[in-house]
Amino acid sequence: MPHETPQPADGLAVADLAVRRSGRLVQSGLSFHLDPGRALLVTGPNGCGKSSLLRVLAGLDRADAGRIDRAGRPVGEDPVGHRTTLAFVGHHDAVKPSLTVAESLTFWTAGLSAAVRRGRIAAALAAFALERLADLPGRFLSAGQRRRVALARLVAAPQPLWILDEPTTALDTQAVAALGAVMDRHLDGGGMIVAATHGSLPLSVVPARLALDPVAVAVDG
Amino acid sequence: MARALAWLAALIARDVRLSLRSGGEAFMAVGFFLVASACLPLSIGPEPQRLAVIAAGALWVMALLASLLVLDRLLAGDLEDGSLDLLALAPLPLEGVILAKALVHWLLTGLPIVVAAPLAAIWLNLPAPAFTTLMVTLIVGSPALSLLGTLGSAITLGSRRGALLTPLMILPLNVPVLIFAGGAVEAAVSGLAVRPHLLLLGAVALVAAVCAPLFGAAALREALR
Repeated sequence: MPHETPQPADGLAVADLAVRRSGRLVQSGLSFHLDPGRALLVTGPNGCGKSSLLRVLAGLDRADAGRIDRAGRPVGEDPVGHRTTLAFVGHHDAVKPSLTVAESLTFWTAGLSAAVRRGRIAAALAAFALERLADLPGRFLSAGQRRRVALARLVAAPQPLWILDEPTTALDTQAVAALGAVMDRHLDGGGMIVAATHGSLPLSVVPARLALDPVAVAVDG
Repeated sequence: MARALAWLAALIARDVRLSLRSGGEAFMAVGFFLVASACLPLSIGPEPQRLAVIAAGALWVMALLASLLVLDRLLAGDLEDGSLDLLALAPLPLEGVILAKALVHWLLTGLPIVVAAPLAAIWLNLPAPAFTTLMVTLIVGSPALSLLGTLGSAITLGSRRGALLTPLMILPLNVPVLIFAGGAVEAAVSGLAVRPHLLLLGAVALVAAVCAPLFGAAALREALR
């Protein structure tokens, strides 16, 4: 069983959220609801606050206003429960130059038993065609390969909610297809995905869309 | 709790491995400690009596300066490559991340310095009765240096002049460590009671062990925003 079902996923509800970037208000009044098994694509021009919104959703940054509920309860009531049941793939791949791909994935699956870990890591490597790179240190990887390692964490350490920031950056067409397959399986198992993207994602179900407006305030310079 | 401890162990193992693979960076601190204390007789003069007077204080200042050497990369790498984002989402609280970083810093700077200290103490002619006391002060005090240093690098994380700012901010915090460690060795040399100094040094180390993770984690949260 290469991909096990994530733990029972709960809905994500966002109401009237306001997001700042570098201290400046970029979005306000954002509301959406995401059910288990559904995906949400966040779109919008550069600088409109997509990444900031995702960081707020992941609990890495504070919202300026509004609320985020998980399974009907504000995430503020159980921040640990929220942050340990989500997977985040941001702009940076968190791949260390001197750790091999396998070592990197092993680290990010800490806390699991050795047998479970081996199975998950094998599944993660297979999902993104990384088997032959498993013993290669991170410094030898191309940008696309590092991205695949970052995405392989989603399979190695499954979580019900995935928050992905431009997941297809630097990926070739095969890797994009692999990502699509992994995301489809995640949604089939009742998982949720919030992804920021400029293009579209190769999902078999039509995702909901949240189009962010350009920042109304005058841009510097 | 068990999950958090597994993450703590994994993070410590990963960071030790990263340091060992980064080619010599790991033992820069102890190298500096030995070379700097070997240079001292060259500038002060080689008279054994004169060296004996300053040996304990000099060794402690060298240990302090050596502990500052690797601070600027302690957390910066994890911030730059996005690992810190993921660590903040892991079951291990950020307080635990600070503790792990301080422990790794101690394993790679404090422990080698403790091991190398007898050698440096011999060539600086530290009086024999003070040897044991010097070792005890290093064993108790060097973890405090690592904890306070980790706190400093967490506070300056993300600032452009972090590498310069950290030592400036951390040196004053280390003053109590220097005073009580130096006082203990001084007392041993002159045959006075060592215990009060060691107890105070231990108290400083314990305060650092409580405060550094708490304040350091708050600083990390700020750096991630």
